[in-house]
Amino acid sequence: MDSDDDFMSAVSSEDDILPDDSDNDDLSGAEDFDFDDEPDPDLGMSKDIGRKRVAYDISFKVYQPADIEKQQDDLINEVNMILNISKEEAAILLRHFRWNKERLIEDYMDAPPQVLEAAGLAQESASLPRLEVQPGFVCDICCEEGPGLASFAIKCGHRYCVDCYRHYLSQKIKEEGEAARIQCPSDGCDLIVDARSLDLLVTPELKERYHELLNRTYVEDKDTLKWCPAPDCQNAIECGVKKKDLDKVVPTVSCLCAHRFCFGCILSDHQPAPCELVKKWLKKCADDSETANWISANTKECPKCNSTIEKNGGCNHMTCRKCKHEFCWMCMGLWSEHGTSWYSCNRFEEKSGTEARDAQAKSRVSLERYLHYYNRYANHEQSARLDKDIYTKTEKKMVQLQKESGMSWIEVQYLNSASQALQTCRQTLMWTYAFAFYLARNNLTEIFEDNQKDLEMAVEGLSEMFEKPVTELADPKLKVEIMDKTSYCNKRRIILLDDTAQNLADGRWTFNVELTGSAPASGGPSNRR
Amino acid sequence: MAPGAQFAAKRLGKELTKISKGLPAGIVLVQGDNFEEWLLDIQVLDSNPLYMGQTYRLKFKFGSSYPIEPPEVVFVKLPDRPIPIHPHIYSNGIICLDLLGQQGWSPVQNVESVCMSLQSMLTGNTKNERPPGDEEFVRGNRLRPKDIDFYYHDNNV
Ligand SMILES: [Zn+2]
Ligand SMILES: [Zn+2]
Ligand SMILES: [Zn+2]
Ligand SMILES: [Zn+2]
Ligand SMILES: [Zn+2]
Ligand SMILES: [Zn+2]
Repeated sequence: MDSDDDFMSAVSSEDDILPDDSDNDDLSGAEDFDFDDEPDPDLGMSKDIGRKRVAYDISFKVYQPADIEKQQDDLINEVNMILNISKEEAAILLRHFRWNKERLIEDYMDAPPQVLEAAGLAQESASLPRLEVQPGFVCDICCEEGPGLASFAIKCGHRYCVDCYRHYLSQKIKEEGEAARIQCPSDGCDLIVDARSLDLLVTPELKERYHELLNRTYVEDKDTLKWCPAPDCQNAIECGVKKKDLDKVVPTVSCLCAHRFCFGCILSDHQPAPCELVKKWLKKCADDSETANWISANTKECPKCNSTIEKNGGCNHMTCRKCKHEFCWMCMGLWSEHGTSWYSCNRFEEKSGTEARDAQAKSRVSLERYLHYYNRYANHEQSARLDKDIYTKTEKKMVQLQKESGMSWIEVQYLNSASQALQTCRQTLMWTYAFAFYLARNNLTEIFEDNQKDLEMAVEGLSEMFEKPVTELADPKLKVEIMDKTSYCNKRRIILLDDTAQNLADGRWTFNVELTGSAPASGGPSNRR
Repeated sequence: MAPGAQFAAKRLGKELTKISKGLPAGIVLVQGDNFEEWLLDIQVLDSNPLYMGQTYRLKFKFGSSYPIEPPEVVFVKLPDRPIPIHPHIYSNGIICLDLLGQQGWSPVQNVESVCMSLQSMLTGNTKNERPPGDEEFVRGNRLRPKDIDFYYHDNNV
């Protein structure tokens, strides 16, 4: 099925960078990533679909708006047929039961009137919602009274004037984004304002928003569904990884819109670090930002002549324009030494015991240790952004070069692949430093650091080639080198992710903080956004 | 005045009329000459040693959608008006109380009922302590109370 192959390559960016791409065949026809066959996919890790899947690969499925609508319609039609009620009522009942069809049917079979009543669908026409003018009525919200003041109440009888009710609903719908579960305005009354009442009260300009929000409940009510967080993306992702599993797996999914994110916490791809470490790390970075900010700044001074150098590309190999001194942006050390002593740039040497004994030195060591990791984290974050700019610039030049040299658009696509590899790998590298910060030493950390170092060297190498002037980029020899390096980078990334994910699943990492799975923050205020 | 603001003004006008006829013991309107911000003093009337003999100053800020939206309510510190000690009151005066959040607020509430809730929140408290993380929160917080997500971990205090 050709369409499936297209779908696959669009869905899973990992597939075009798998070590052996002939394996792609195994996935053809598996448009849904085997999700439906496995309601509880065991994190997708033990799955055998013809080849060994890499450990970080999880099952997921992307739904577009039409798919989501169709699923809702299918459920509505099914309930409509089984229970012999109107589609409108079936939709209201399903929303009331948070789209749990089985429970709805079971409960309804038991006691139809009670279920209808609870969902605000009582059958007697006397209880259909309507506006009323009652003598002696005083609205408790606006404190208005007077003859002819139209009022409204749901089942509980808490009655307010129509203006106040509309104002209240508009606040809930527009400002708070609620629709299916808006409660009665009365203090402490948790009766839900039913869909029929809402239809009666909601003003035309709110209607669209209201129905849009109603449609969203389908995704929001299901633990296995989440909206793609990319701006303007309307797709939803289905994934079976549960909250309690988040200390064992980093469930990374990628949308048709190409956005790659974590299904557990909705943040951008943060492999290999588990969600909880990411949360801790981001909080730490925000708290310590004042101490650390100077490090992530875009400018540094040349270690030799002290002239200010601005980093203008993703590569760490810096050449001072003034004195031609070559050094490493990360460690400020001589670049010439990096061929053999790359270690000093990627690994933090724990300070000697004597120094650590001194309390002051200790706190300095802990700050230095943090800054070591933060520096590298921030550097890759920044480089990933710069690499993107470079591609935009290069793309323009390649268009120019196409005209002049006769190279086709297809023939210059290798630069696109290189640019994507650089960004993906840098995003991974960035999180390896947050991961490493919390990693306690054991016999596995050395392998991890070697993998990290290998990936980092490959990425810096590719980044340097990528920055070459356009005239050189067109050289067929460099083109082959770039293509080789691109696939090597991708390969190194997969090796690193596979190794970390496997050890995470097996619980073989030791962290210097507690990893409790999915415990929510306990008590106290948290800042929104 | 914005069209929405009339909604709040109308209601606050009604509240003022009612307040002019008297407020419950221990609640005094200090300033209420506009429909954006009011000041009130509250006292705890029983003999709770934590609050006995003290007067606390409250600042109410009303948005144009009040009372559909909750008012912003904080304790204000003055030479003779301390911030009451309470596990849900931060030392900068910010109050962690569900009825003041979007979820817990009901438009049926009003200035008087909020003051009474705060009075009873103090009356019932025996813990001579600030919320966990008070120092850190007070140092770091630059948000307005309505933009803070509080976890209402314990509504019985
Ligand atoms: Zn009213
Ligand atoms: Zn009610
Ligand atoms: Zn998307
Ligand atoms: Zn996550
Ligand atoms: Zn220089
Ligand atoms: Zn270096």
